[in-house]
Amino acid sequence: MTCLPSHTDKKLGLVIDLDTCVGCQACVTACKEWNTGGHMAPLTDIDPYGGHVDGVWFNRVHSYEHITEMGGRTVNFPRSCLHCETPACVTVCPTGASYKRASDGIVLIDEDKCIGCKLCSWACPYGAREFDTDVGVMKKCTLCVDRIYNDNLAEEDRVPACVAACPTSARHFGDLGDPASAVSQLVAERGGIDLMPEMGYKPTNKYLPPRAHTQRAPSVPAKALESVRAEGGFLGWVDRMLSS
Amino acid sequence: MHPAFSVVFFTTATGAGYGLLALLGVLGPLGFVAPDLWLGFVGMGLALGLIAAGLLSSTGHLGRPERAWRAFSQWRSSWLSREGLASVATFIPAGLFGMGWILLGRLDGWVAAAGVLATVGAIVTVCMTGMIYASLKPIAQWHSPYTLPGYLIFSAMSGCVLVNALLQGFALGSTVLLAASGLLTLLGWGWKLTTWRHNDQLEIATNANTATGLAGGTVRSLEWPHTEENYLLKEMGFRIARKHGAKLRRITQALAFGLPILLLIAACALPWPFAAVLSAFAAIAQFAGMLVERWLFFAEAKHTVMLYYGR
Repeated sequence: MTCLPSHTDKKLGLVIDLDTCVGCQACVTACKEWNTGGHMAPLTDIDPYGGHVDGVWFNRVHSYEHITEMGGRTVNFPRSCLHCETPACVTVCPTGASYKRASDGIVLIDEDKCIGCKLCSWACPYGAREFDTDVGVMKKCTLCVDRIYNDNLAEEDRVPACVAACPTSARHFGDLGDPASAVSQLVAERGGIDLMPEMGYKPTNKYLPPRAHTQRAPSVPAKALESVRAEGGFLGWVDRMLSS
Repeated sequence: MHPAFSVVFFTTATGAGYGLLALLGVLGPLGFVAPDLWLGFVGMGLALGLIAAGLLSSTGHLGRPERAWRAFSQWRSSWLSREGLASVATFIPAGLFGMGWILLGRLDGWVAAAGVLATVGAIVTVCMTGMIYASLKPIAQWHSPYTLPGYLIFSAMSGCVLVNALLQGFALGSTVLLAASGLLTLLGWGWKLTTWRHNDQLEIATNANTATGLAGGTVRSLEWPHTEENYLLKEMGFRIARKHGAKLRRITQALAFGLPILLLIAACALPWPFAAVLSAFAAIAQFAGMLVERWLFFAEAKHTVMLYYGR
């Protein structure tokens, strides 16, 4: 049913730290590796070794230059499904293939019901959904629903593949509906924000903005460069003679 | 947005078809048209043919057309599902109306009631089509108060010009219908110009800052996550129209509005069969023009996801 649940028991989601993300793409490849054999498998690649490579990815990392009066910096920006509280991608679905789970708030697609009308991808302002031209259905991030509840994995591995792969701990997973959870506290502490709040989709995932520029520049300036003025005296005369 | 021909043709053809059906459904019972076999056959055939061709074309947009029946299930939340249901439901009174007209040769009693129901169904279906687009928040050019009335006006306009051509073809034309066609075309022209002006002056609150959450200053895309075009760029990043936009807008105005109005005025002044030929040309030119208009409707629409790509 594509009507949204009035309430979800949990609000599972990601918190992404734009301050520590180094843009290494490890989350991107870990996501692809897990999910091409996971719940939404396959993540088809079209012409993977040809001139016009295309394929389905749930997670894409952009790089931006953010320039303010404080100076400029590069910001690496992972973009994936935000598992919104009011996702229009679900309500526009004519078949019931798209749904939001009442238990944990994860937005999923039932591949067997999807007719591939692509309307959900039009309704998502974040570009979270990608169409698989080979299978003819829409695909999207599952928040690794087949990892986070997977009893066959060690408990510490029951997190989305992107979170497990991140070498700088820029990605955090947890229940954002519980104010006492580690992710909720992190969001409160760092002033986590919603993307495009004006759209009214109420994304569950939060982004931690880069920390403010500090005034902690070294107080002692670097040693001045040596003078290139010609040396005087006898040794200077010898140097000039030998150099000529 | 990528202007897929299947969807461009779908909305244009069903818009004209439902407009024609809606007008036949009320003009028959009101006594404007006679219960003539061939008039009913050609008129209802054209209306239902345009609708059926459009609906069939829309399935060409689907990745899994064999599952299209599933689209009737989610009418509680989805405008697309509602449109599917309304379009199929409208076939029932439209079919009864057509059968009563063609087989029984009558346009009164229950046939008239079926005609009125077909008119209601046609209007409701066009509203559902318009709402599919008007409800999409990420596309500001569609999520506007101009979209739904636009679909209704263009449907009424195309339908009226078709009814006029049809009745002129059977030598049953009237100055009232010619005038109504011309005036509705003028209304459509005005609405399209107003919509374009609104879209050109659109101030969108969403920008690269709110999309990335990086407050203040400028946010410039340094590097995309991929080197080749992906689904998002192909589907949502269509841009060619901006280069030719002005020219295509002039073509739309000439074919969909300007030329039909001139032809309809000339048809007013000339006797049958010249008036009939000119009326038919007006309908054909308008249909071609509306295809260009609908192509632009997609091509000029900008999706918020392109902000992530700095476009």
